[in-house]
Amino acid sequence: MAAHRIEVGFKPGVRDALGEGIAKRVAEELAVEVKSVKTIDVYTIDEENITKVHDSQNRLDARKLDFLAKEVFADLIVNDFSVDAPLARNGDFDFAIEVGFRPGVTDNVGKTATAAVRDALGPDFAGTVYFSKQYLLSGVHSQQGAEGIAKGLLANPLIERWTVKSPSEWGEAGMGVFIPAVQLVQTTHSGQEEINLGVGEGELAQISKQRLLALSLGEMKAIRGHFSSSEVRLQRVAVGVGENPTEAELEVFGQTWSEHCKHKIFNALVEYGDESGVVTKIDSLFKTFVRGATEAAKKDWLASVFSDNAGIVSFNDDWNVAIKVETHNAPSALEPYGGALTGIGGVNRDLLGAGLGAKLLFNTDVFCFAPPGTKVPPGVLSPKRIFEGVRKGVQDGGNKTGVPTVNGCIVFDGKFAFRPLVYCGTGGLMPKFTKAGAPSHEKAVKDGDLIVMTGGRVGKDGIHGATFSSMQIDPDSPASAVQLGDPITLKKMADFILEARDAGLYAAITDNGAGGLSSSVGEMAQLSGGFEMHLERVPLKYPGLAPWEILVSESQDRMTLAVPPSKLGELMALAAKHEVEATALGKFTSSGKFHCLHDGRTIAYLDMEFLHHGVPQLRITAKWTPPMLEEPVIALPFDYASILSQMLSRLNICSKERVIRQYDHEVQGGSAVKPLAGVANDGPSDAAVLRPLLSSNEGLVVANGICPKFSQIDAYWMAANAVDEAVRNYACAGGDFGRVCGLDNFSWCDPLPSATNPDAEFKMAQLVRACTGLRDACAAYSMPLVSGKDSMKNDYVFPDGRRESIPPTLLVTAMGKISDVSKAVTMDAKSDGNLVYALGTTSNELGGSEYYAMQGFVGANVPKVDFPTARRLYLSLGRAMGAGLVASCHDCSDGGLAVALAESAFAGGLGMEIELAKVPVAGGVARDDVVLFSESASRFVVTVKPGHALEFERAMAGNAFAKIGEVVAQDNFSIAGLQGSKVADCSIAALKESWQAPLR
Amino acid sequence: MATVRACVLYGFGINCDCETQHAFQSAGAFAERIHVNDLISGGRKLSEFDILAFPGGFSFGDDLGSGKVLGNKFKFNLKGELAQFVADGKLVIGICNGFQSLVKMGLLPGLEGDYFTQRATLTFNDSGKFEDRWVHLKLNPSSKCVWTRGIEGLYLPVRHGEGKFVAGDSVLDELERNGQVVAQYVNASGGIAGYPLNPNGSLRSIAGVCDPEGRIFGLMPHPEAYNHPTNHPRWTRGGVRGVEKHLGLKVFANAVGHAAATKARRAAVVQG
Repeated sequence: MAAHRIEVGFKPGVRDALGEGIAKRVAEELAVEVKSVKTIDVYTIDEENITKVHDSQNRLDARKLDFLAKEVFADLIVNDFSVDAPLARNGDFDFAIEVGFRPGVTDNVGKTATAAVRDALGPDFAGTVYFSKQYLLSGVHSQQGAEGIAKGLLANPLIERWTVKSPSEWGEAGMGVFIPAVQLVQTTHSGQEEINLGVGEGELAQISKQRLLALSLGEMKAIRGHFSSSEVRLQRVAVGVGENPTEAELEVFGQTWSEHCKHKIFNALVEYGDESGVVTKIDSLFKTFVRGATEAAKKDWLASVFSDNAGIVSFNDDWNVAIKVETHNAPSALEPYGGALTGIGGVNRDLLGAGLGAKLLFNTDVFCFAPPGTKVPPGVLSPKRIFEGVRKGVQDGGNKTGVPTVNGCIVFDGKFAFRPLVYCGTGGLMPKFTKAGAPSHEKAVKDGDLIVMTGGRVGKDGIHGATFSSMQIDPDSPASAVQLGDPITLKKMADFILEARDAGLYAAITDNGAGGLSSSVGEMAQLSGGFEMHLERVPLKYPGLAPWEILVSESQDRMTLAVPPSKLGELMALAAKHEVEATALGKFTSSGKFHCLHDGRTIAYLDMEFLHHGVPQLRITAKWTPPMLEEPVIALPFDYASILSQMLSRLNICSKERVIRQYDHEVQGGSAVKPLAGVANDGPSDAAVLRPLLSSNEGLVVANGICPKFSQIDAYWMAANAVDEAVRNYACAGGDFGRVCGLDNFSWCDPLPSATNPDAEFKMAQLVRACTGLRDACAAYSMPLVSGKDSMKNDYVFPDGRRESIPPTLLVTAMGKISDVSKAVTMDAKSDGNLVYALGTTSNELGGSEYYAMQGFVGANVPKVDFPTARRLYLSLGRAMGAGLVASCHDCSDGGLAVALAESAFAGGLGMEIELAKVPVAGGVARDDVVLFSESASRFVVTVKPGHALEFERAMAGNAFAKIGEVVAQDNFSIAGLQGSKVADCSIAALKESWQAPLR
Repeated sequence: MATVRACVLYGFGINCDCETQHAFQSAGAFAERIHVNDLISGGRKLSEFDILAFPGGFSFGDDLGSGKVLGNKFKFNLKGELAQFVADGKLVIGICNGFQSLVKMGLLPGLEGDYFTQRATLTFNDSGKFEDRWVHLKLNPSSKCVWTRGIEGLYLPVRHGEGKFVAGDSVLDELERNGQVVAQYVNASGGIAGYPLNPNGSLRSIAGVCDPEGRIFGLMPHPEAYNHPTNHPRWTRGGVRGVEKHLGLKVFANAVGHAAATKARRAAVVQG
């Protein structure tokens, strides 16, 4: 037999926690009761593809297989195993399901198993091991029911295959052997075929559409114009390529000019008309607002902003820190686990490729999902499955690479059913100068440096990823855009790269993300002025890829280096030690040309200048019409205790502890403020504080702000509130207001007009307004933006052309310094007798609030940020914290003052007595519910020791603030209303239970 | 005092190597991060070191069972050197994933001087989940373990999905008889308790064990992650009291002190 199966399961009596978990999820998510689920790990060892010369002795015989089963695959303390026979016997189950990967999908366990077998048998073993998982279901009575469980929970057809068998089909062979090897029949085009662009406009547009290039007619015409120039023709003839672009070249344009890579909307010429009809011309939202904010902040501690894979800022005299946040929305919609995993892997690689490379320090992840149970259209996974898949992807992506997930949040809104948002952020640390003496935030590429690709191999996966994310989802979205990452390959590569950096073995580095080699080499080559790359040298996962596929494949876990020829030997030796693959693919040149060859034949010969700067500027019209909204009329409630309970149970407010605990949030040993705080380690922290250098008390503070709900009213205030929320979370923990930088991440709905997108001008106006709000807030707070990203096609189009869009969303991430982590502050009330203060003014701003949403209203009074007042408050609070006057500090956001007070109280295990009449309010605020639940910006709940009160009040002088109550030892949380009578009196234990129950 | 040299392994997904190195350095050792392949290639030798640390992490992604593939790598490539290291009376620690590797290799519990037969395991948590949470540990005062001498209790984070200690009753009885059960999960007042205080369902609440000689120590919680007072999850509440005040660094200081004394004694014998 050329292939063998080793099956490993738990011994009778040993708990199968995975199986139990699956049984529970089947009941919860599919509403199907199963009696039990047992799991079996299956290793299929394929000897077919052995390439070395082997005599029969080297074949796996019964003795060797038994040895492998016992020593490599099974844990004999808890496992039983079988070799070439099913472990499960007829009668053990009602249905058996086996799930494995489809051919070519990254099989991490299989890869480890192959290496482990080689460790055990010696290097002569040249077979391949594939992993699959068997589920034995009891209590399922129909084939259809079993199929439903396979498809609904256990497998995703985009990346996995499965087999269902009943006991009657089981027999002696059980599942039987299946080998998921890739068998490519060489039918794909080489990429050398020329495409004639000398055609009419209709045909030109058709070429773009059919080839999934996602290029507009204007862009196709620009390419046609370029190729028709006589100078270009002459150059092309001289190297032996035709006058027309090759298929490969068109693919390169598709990637390089994609919205994803070129940010065409943010660089467009916009005509913005406001509600009074005044039209303003804006030449690039990015330059005007994003870079504009950074320029206005005038900070001297910026090292590298907007020019690299991540923003790089100074941490202290010897170290810089870098940060990047990205979205990975489109892939996460189709394959949540893989999407999140590759999202984290991608942003991790951005940090490894920032400057000369940063050590990964922390992850911060923010998700937007639909509430579990929301109905979804065909082709869209259920919100619960997306939630769980993304959560698991973040868990594996962070935990397995040893990067703590320090902070994040989850936003729920029904509109995210159509496209979930997955933001992945990573921070890193780098010495200001490498051991070799080079400034680590700069890259340099010289003519003659070698192009070296390192990390994973190239397969068909991820082809058209960049262009796919630049298109909206429809039921026929391409499966090849989905892939899995390998955290261990990434971790090994990270170890290798940091050593190579310190030894000065390369001059520049960048990651292979969207667009693959085409983008990474193409972009890095701008530093030397050209390159020449030989695609047949690229190591492949399996044979049969066309050259153009090699060029644009987005296979994960790869970096590209520029290596001086004199260092190549040392670099390769270091790579070998780390068991990381590295391959020289060609050289950087100063020819001005993007030159790719395959087996000596040129398949792409493009002008670097035109490729990178030739994309025509988009022109977009934006028209702002304020939505017609009004404030609802709500009867004055009398029982605020039960309303507060309900508020605490809302998905946007309730505890996310179950998710947080499954992330390692303290690996690397520098954690100072964790995501959970308080007497029982379970209160909701506002920001993360960590020590990047274990021998120093200097700290980094990381926080996020996101409030898409305000987009319903005005995206300007949505953005301003997002900035304010990030900064106030940062301030809560004690972050230095003078050292905060920001990152902007836009997830928008398509603002380009089309037949199915009639309100594109409004969406564009929302974008203009959000950018304006972002700029105004950042400028007021002197907060430079150091990095950002945009994802502009978060729409779902039904087959009938109907469109659903996400709420326009901006995530603002704040990162900065705290000079001494022992001055950091957490959100939990600390001791009875401490005084409770409300900082900032509460206005009648319930528009978009959780309180209104709970009752089915939007409202009109969106919270507005008074920037100068807020700035003064943040500076005062910072001084008070630095002087050690603040016992706890918690920000008021979703759910307003009432929720902040309750969280602070129950996290501290203490009660509170609060008088609403003392809360600083704006004129006209006369209702208890407004004071309790308004979501006015720039407010905090602070507790202070009585002995510090005088000094604290002195530090806060000039700001709106007031002492509103006291922390008490009793279990009760009581509130006196504006009229003085008690409007709520409840136990903190009950409030905490309401807050913890929903997502426990 | 003679310099104590610690080998802190890294590579293949080990990921707590830097903070473990920091912990040994804080304790006065000269600690180096050594890639597993530098030992396998012979470029570096275990004999250069007094202490060998298998740090936490996700070696080989936990594929094929946590710690298993790394354990096998040592068993198939470095068995002789490792056996000699142990025979020389040197010290070994395995933390979390490192503990899993030691147990699957057989180095722990190392009953009857057999260091390469697996007698116990660390398997999936009863909760079915990876979890990061701080746990109270009661340390066995009558254990021979040199790493925990003089420490009555510790408060440390666990961060694992496969930490349930499982062995047959006779093995568990023997471990208890020999004082090899070094650390147990307890509640804040030192009593044995259930989930989540015992975060994984370990039999007899076992969090850490040593070999019969007390020189090889493995545990699931992370002593290197409590290297600074601000690592404690409630340091901002003030008044961290009792055993919770002991930084995990104490464990490393014990080992470095023991190794230094052993070295000094040997040097004296040679000179004498």
